[in-house]
Amino acid sequence: MICVSNLSAYYDTAKGRSMALKGLNLEVPKGGICALIGPSGCGKSTLLRILAGIASNYEGEVSIEGAPVNPKSLSIGFIPQNYGLLPWKTVRDNIRLSWKVKHPETPVPDGEEKMLARLGIGEEFLARFPRELSGGQQQRASLARAFLLQPDVLLMDEPFSALDAITREEMQEVFFELWRAQAVTAVIVTHDIEEALYLGQTIVVLSSSPGRVSMVMENPHFARREASGDFAAQKARLRGWLTGKGAEA
Amino acid sequence: MRKRILASFFGAVSLFCAWLILAEIVRLPIIPSPLLVVEKISEIFCGTIAVHGMYSLGRIIAGLLLAVGVGLPVGVLMGWSRRADRLLAPLVYLTYPVPKIALLPIVMLLFGLGDGSKTIMLFLILVFQVVIAVRDSIRAIPEEVFYPLASLGAGFRVILCEVLLPASLPKFMTAIRVAMATAISVLFFTETFGTQYGMGYFIMDAWLRVNYLEMYSGIVVLSAMGLFLFGVLDCAERYFCRWQGRE
Repeated sequence: MICVSNLSAYYDTAKGRSMALKGLNLEVPKGGICALIGPSGCGKSTLLRILAGIASNYEGEVSIEGAPVNPKSLSIGFIPQNYGLLPWKTVRDNIRLSWKVKHPETPVPDGEEKMLARLGIGEEFLARFPRELSGGQQQRASLARAFLLQPDVLLMDEPFSALDAITREEMQEVFFELWRAQAVTAVIVTHDIEEALYLGQTIVVLSSSPGRVSMVMENPHFARREASGDFAAQKARLRGWLTGKGAEA
Repeated sequence: MRKRILASFFGAVSLFCAWLILAEIVRLPIIPSPLLVVEKISEIFCGTIAVHGMYSLGRIIAGLLLAVGVGLPVGVLMGWSRRADRLLAPLVYLTYPVPKIALLPIVMLLFGLGDGSKTIMLFLILVFQVVIAVRDSIRAIPEEVFYPLASLGAGFRVILCEVLLPASLPKFMTAIRVAMATAISVLFFTETFGTQYGMGYFIMDAWLRVNYLEMYSGIVVLSAMGLFLFGVLDCAERYFCRWQGRE
């Protein structure tokens, strides 16, 4: 379970301190998926970095599984926007990197091959370098790296935004399949309303800077691709909140 | 690769032919025929030139290892820590533009006329290039590259091995290659003092004895040594930096 209480975050600029998040509260139940959606610069990525234990310039309480965030004691899978593959490592080494760092003494788990097959990562890809892969293939490799770790928490920063529509849908399906198998608590940052409606059990809308929670929605359309009237209505409602016309929508 | 080898071979043959033609036209002892030089090399290589060549190569390797041993940690430190960079950068920038050959008398006074001063001269030429290349490469790594490792609680040792060193390798190799040409020139110069071994000594000694064939043999072997070192660096770069790809 992820618990964020009264979180305020700052970053330093040339003109002084600037506030990225203010008084933010958030709860993601164990094994749940929360989609964070908000306008550019609302602090979505900052929140994700705080949850990942990378950023420390914040006030308030952030806990994962009842303890303060500590990347050393927790297994945190983090997929940044550009997939975070190291260009000098082959796909195989990139996929195994998280496991190697977290469990240097333990061999890679047996399920690796099965998971690679499920992700459609063939033997021919494993020896390649990231620059030799398409966006979709890089995304598959980064998902493999995150899920091989069997993390306590999975954090994804606009993971599917750079993919074309068909590949995006395909990758979302793959993500669901892996998520179901491991039931990992996940937070997904996105700017795509349809993606939030598809991937988020809970959708949290953040207001623009400094970021605050402007709406939390339990999503009835979770994991369903549909074009019903209600889906369109929810989409319009979310768009209304995002554009600051939440009350009328 | 095969194209490159063919091109190099074609270049060597062209140079050889040009030299041959020039020697035939001029017909002076100062420009002997390359055929005579090749004959001389085959005659004296094993007993004489190889020994001098090994001395020079040994000095180059010692200088290189010393420069990497000192330059790499200093470069990493300056690239990783802003505070270290603030402290060390003025020192590096003040000493980097000083022509190192101008320091030869001081180095000789401090480290003697033997191998020590020669190795130190090579070290001084190479080390600044290494420090600056490594520091700049590390500072150019986008912050996001560290995120996945930082979120795993990776320590400095892991970040050094998995990110800092591989990321700085291409610029590091280029720096060594650029500095190597200067290093060989300076080595030649330093070997004309206080030693009876080394390619510099061999060439100058042959010149003073007016033995032009031996002098040219030395020049050809020294050039071949340079070519060999560049070839080794090129191969190492192709292998270790193959992730970058080449057009």
